Amino acid sequence: MNWNSPSEFFAMGGHGLYVWGSYGVTALLMLVEPWLAARRRRNALRDAASAEVWKEFD
Amino acid sequence: MTAGMRLFNFAAPSRFYTLTGTLAPWLWVLTAALSVVGLYMGFFVAPVDATQGNAYRIIFIHVPAAWMSMVLYLAMAFWAAIGWAFRARMASMLARALAPTGAMFTFVALWTGALWGKPAWGAWWVWDARLTSELILLFLYLGYIALVEAIDDPRRADQAGALLSVVGAVNIPVIYFSVRWWNTLHQGATISMTAAPKMAATMLTAMLILTLAFWAYSFAVVFMRVRAIVIERERHTAWVADLVRAGKGAGA
Repeated sequence: MNWNSPSEFFAMGGHGLYVWGSYGVTALLMLVEPWLAARRRRNALRDAASAEVWKEFD
Repeated sequence: MTAGMRLFNFAAPSRFYTLTGTLAPWLWVLTAALSVVGLYMGFFVAPVDATQGNAYRIIFIHVPAAWMSMVLYLAMAFWAAIGWAFRARMASMLARALAPTGAMFTFVALWTGALWGKPAWGAWWVWDARLTSELILLFLYLGYIALVEAIDDPRRADQAGALLSVVGAVNIPVIYFSVRWWNTLHQGATISMTAAPKMAATMLTAMLILTLAFWAYSFAVVFMRVRAIVIERERHTAWVADLVRAGKGAGA
C-alpha cells in the first residue's frame, strides 16, 4: 500500500496540486462531454418532433 | 443499381442509429469498469517513482489522452475522406462526431502535460517540437469544427472539412516522431515495440488499462454524438418521423 492515511493520499508527496489538477479537469471534461452529447440528441429529437407536428397542418 | 444505392444510402444512418443505441450503454459500463480498475492500479498498486515522486502518476492519463488525440484525428480524417470520396453520408457524420472528442483529449494531453511539466521541468510550457505540434493539433480540430459549422450546406461543409482534415493529417507523424527528429525537452516514446519497457510492470498495466478505458469512452461518446447528428440531418426522412412518433409514447 502506498499511503498510510487519507491526508497522505491527497498530498501526493507535495505534488497534490499537479496530480489532482490533472485528474480533476480530465474527469470533469469526461463527464460534461457525454452530458452535452445526450442533450444534443434530446434537442434534435424535440426539433424533429415539432417539425412533425407542423407537417400535419400542411 | 441507382435505386439500390439510394436505398442503401437511405437505410445506413437508420441502421447505424439503432446499432449505436444498443452498443452505447455497454460501452459506458466498460468505461466505468476499466476506469475503476485503472485508477486503483495507478494510485494504490503502482509504486512511487524514485526520481519524480508522485507527480509521475499524471502519466496514467497524460499518455492515453495524447494517444487518443492522435488516433481520433486519424479516424476523423479517414471517415471524412471516405465520406467525400464515396459520398457516404454516414461516414461524414462520423467524422463530425469524432472532432469534439479528439479536441477534448488534445486539451487533456496539453493540460496534464503542463501540470506535469511544472514539477518535472520547472516550466508549464516550452516551445518544444512535441508540445508545439500537439498545440497545432488542437487548432486543427477547432479549425475543422469551425469550418464545418460555418458552411450551411451540409454536403459542402463535409467536403471542406474532409480537405482540411486530410491535409492536417500530416501533423500526426510530426507529433509522433517529434521526439526523435528534434532535440526536445519532452521525453521519448513511452512504449516502444522494439525496446523493453522502461517502467515498472504495474505502472505500465495501469496506463494500458486507462488507455482501454479512454478507447471505450471514445466509442461511447462518439456514438452518442453521431446519433444526435443523424437525427439533426435526417429529420426530414420517413424513418426519423417514425422514430419520433414511436418515441412520443415511450419517451424517446
